[in-house]
Amino acid sequence: MDFGFSQEQEMLRATARKFLENECPSSYVRDRMIEPAGTTDEFWAKLAEQGWLGLIYPEEYGGSGLGFVDLTVLMEEMGRVVMPGPFLSTVLLGGLAIFEAGSTEQKKEWLPKVAAGEARVALAWTEPNARWDAGGVTAAAKPADAGFVLSGTKLFVLDAHLADVLVVVARTTEGKQPEQGVSLFLVPKGAAGLEVKLLPTMDQTRKLCEVALHDVRVPSSALLGPKDGGWPPLGRVIERATVALCAEMCGGAQKVLDMTVEYAKIRIAFGKPIGAYQGVKHKAADMLVDVENAKSLTYYAAWAVDENGPEAALATSMAKAYASDAYRKVAAAGIQLHGGIGFTWEHDLHLYFKRAKSSELTFGDATHHRERVAQLINL
Amino acid sequence: MDFSLTPEQEAFQTHVRAWLKANMPPEWTERLVASSDIPRPEAYDVLRRWQRQLYEAGFIGLTWPKEYGGRSLTFMEEMILHEEMALAKAPPILNVLGVGMAGPTIVAYGSEAQKKRYLARILSCEEIWCQGYSEPNAGSDLAALQTRAVKDGEHFVVNGQKVWTSLAHVADWMMLLARTDPAAPRHKGITYFLLDMHSPGVTVKPLRQITGDPEFNEVFFDNVRLHESQVLGGVNNGWQVGLTTLMYERLALGFGLQVRLRIALDGLIEMARRMEKHGRVTTKDPLMRQKIAQLWIDTECLKLTGARAITRLLRGEIPGPEASTGKMGWVDTHQRLQEIAMEIQGPYAQLPRGSDWAVEGGLWQYSFLRSRANSIEGGTTEVQKNIIGERILGLPKG
Ligand SMILES: Cc1cc2nc3c(=O)[nH]c(=O)nc-3n(C[C@H](O)[C@H](O)[C@H](O)COP(=O)(O)OP(=O)(O)OC[C@H]3O[C@@H](n4cnc5c(N)ncnc54)[C@H](O)[C@@H]3O)c2cc1C
Ligand SMILES: Cc1cc2nc3c(=O)[nH]c(=O)nc-3n(C[C@H](O)[C@H](O)[C@H](O)COP(=O)(O)OP(=O)(O)OC[C@H]3O[C@@H](n4cnc5c(N)ncnc54)[C@H](O)[C@@H]3O)c2cc1C
Repeated sequence: MDFGFSQEQEMLRATARKFLENECPSSYVRDRMIEPAGTTDEFWAKLAEQGWLGLIYPEEYGGSGLGFVDLTVLMEEMGRVVMPGPFLSTVLLGGLAIFEAGSTEQKKEWLPKVAAGEARVALAWTEPNARWDAGGVTAAAKPADAGFVLSGTKLFVLDAHLADVLVVVARTTEGKQPEQGVSLFLVPKGAAGLEVKLLPTMDQTRKLCEVALHDVRVPSSALLGPKDGGWPPLGRVIERATVALCAEMCGGAQKVLDMTVEYAKIRIAFGKPIGAYQGVKHKAADMLVDVENAKSLTYYAAWAVDENGPEAALATSMAKAYASDAYRKVAAAGIQLHGGIGFTWEHDLHLYFKRAKSSELTFGDATHHRERVAQLINL
Repeated sequence: MDFSLTPEQEAFQTHVRAWLKANMPPEWTERLVASSDIPRPEAYDVLRRWQRQLYEAGFIGLTWPKEYGGRSLTFMEEMILHEEMALAKAPPILNVLGVGMAGPTIVAYGSEAQKKRYLARILSCEEIWCQGYSEPNAGSDLAALQTRAVKDGEHFVVNGQKVWTSLAHVADWMMLLARTDPAAPRHKGITYFLLDMHSPGVTVKPLRQITGDPEFNEVFFDNVRLHESQVLGGVNNGWQVGLTTLMYERLALGFGLQVRLRIALDGLIEMARRMEKHGRVTTKDPLMRQKIAQLWIDTECLKLTGARAITRLLRGEIPGPEASTGKMGWVDTHQRLQEIAMEIQGPYAQLPRGSDWAVEGGLWQYSFLRSRANSIEGGTTEVQKNIIGERILGLPKG
């Protein structure tokens, strides 16, 4: 057993931290917040140059064939700087959906472009019913001519406005088990009847869209994976994206703890640094416990996902339940211990606080995942 | 990152598993029903025999040097053993303080003669140990201790009192901290002694606990003489030596107890399956499902955080922040688990052992009450948080 990172992974961490501190300071994050793009072409190209956009794809598709434990290192560093932009949506949702479900041709067409930073992909999955299970998929895909007609509304879609192609999750067959009638389709940007609207969001570093499908016609070659068989690969994609998100949450929470500890050493109140008061010290200790535990569960989930074993589902839900609570609590404590300054727009803490909230709610909150844990342990 | 075991480790695991299957004490299995049982005084004999048996099978002191009765194995094997014991719902050992604290400290600081004299007897449970640190006015503030040991030729003469001394009523030896230089600064004038509990002048008075059972004691020293060869790690060096013991205490409490949580949790789930709430099985109640699932997550999490700490040790590194959070995490999870065990029972939670209606013989009532000590014994949660804040996070002292 070895439950730690390798030397190569520690090197990746050092490189990523240096790069992101230089390229993604809070001024960059704040500029992206107020623009729809969420990233710049230069920044995105640099991510591609680092090899990060294709990190987890096999070499034959332009990637570097690394695993989720490696990705964890990277995501933690991205979380530390609240990196904006369509990384999660393109690399882990849209891109992975193509990888998990697509034919060799589809993968060859899209994945090298994703890895090179030339194409962005989004996953149009959830709907106004805000469900995470297969039963929530009600957008319809009806056979027509030599293809399908897609109709329905998708909500909370990450970065759809930036995507060159959308992976749309739709129901092809009614009446069966909900998991059995779902299919995935590739819908290119600008398709007739496809309407993408950017939503105003509390966490402006994470862009969400409404995607309306007004009888969008696609050929049968748009089908990604087997007809009616879209849910199993989608499940694997979501599981993996969830683990990646947990890692991002761990990185953010660790950074909030670091900022708070530094502040507690220099802020003087009643003649002492506030860190000398137990009310502050004990909160900081609680924050550390939350951060370390979230890491343990996340690292284990990343390993389980890499192993592709049966424990991956449970490990993922345990990590997401824990990290959702932990990041929220740590971010709130960070603001509290900063006092008035922590409540300002000027200070970066609110970026983390809001990211904590959006991450908590993405892919199911702690309550949702505890219920999944309950099911998986046969409660 | 790799959770797989080497072929040798796998063989060890299989061996442990098979041995446990064949050797579990039947009295224990019966008593356990399905729930968590903390060893009560009436179980001491079973636990003594159990430790002896484990020792003979080569399962105690895995990481201790071979020449003193150990196996010279690594923390990895220790971890495998603990996990297997938890999965088998095996009883704990009786000489926990000896194996978890006294022994490792003697390995680290003892003379050759001391190692030969004590270590194997600790492992085999031939000699039980207790820990004489706390005093009426020196608990969290241990360096305030007042028990005196005054040099008299080749001997020291001990006078004073200890309190909360677990197992002192059955112990043969004590790890004794006593003040040897009252003029020195608080931390500098303390010495660590190995004291024979059967010496003249030692009086042990059991103290009844919140559970109704006596498990810890007051210990009085009235001109107790001990030979200077009973000093461990040098005169006036006791603070240093004592801290080592506390570090081991945390590690021992840490990992061993973390995996044992699993026994309690499995028991709790079994009970929840048998009990009803609002007219349906408790495990189907949405709120209870949430609470139990969170216990599951926290229990797994403690194990994983422990595994991260052990990885550092195996790599020869110094334990990081994850090592210091273990005891606190365990306390929090275990106390919450016991509260939830009460909640599952509803009004039955009021009925302890002795009542015809008591659920599972009232075992949970006992462990619920006993669990209040967890955040006090072995260093209070408040003091642990100070340590994390100051030593790990580098915050200034108050
Ligand atoms: C929305 C808002 C509106 C406000 N409006 C006004 C206003 O109209 N007029 C006005 O005068 N002020 C106002 N304030 C300021 C407010 O009163 C201060 O923010 C507050 O008193 C805390 O002071 P601080 O921000 O300097 O934090 P600090 O005093 O620096 O505290 C930082 C952290 O240290 C902790 N801490 C400090 N000392 C101790 C101690 N001895 N023991 C334990 N913990 C300690 C604090 O609890 C906090 O968590 C406002 C603040 C906010 C957020
Ligand atoms: C079941 C049980 C078994 C035990 N077994 C043994 C044993 O075998 N051998 C042995 O030597 N001891 C033993 N102890 C004693 C244990 O180590 C002490 O109880 C513990 O260290 C706390 O000391 P105290 O009881 O004197 O409380 P105090 O130190 O008086 O603490 C009282 C309260 O004040 C808080 N407090 C104290 N100092 C601080 C501080 N600096 N900052 C914040 N809060 C503070 C504490 O957290 C606690 O909440 C046992 C205790 C129990 C309950």
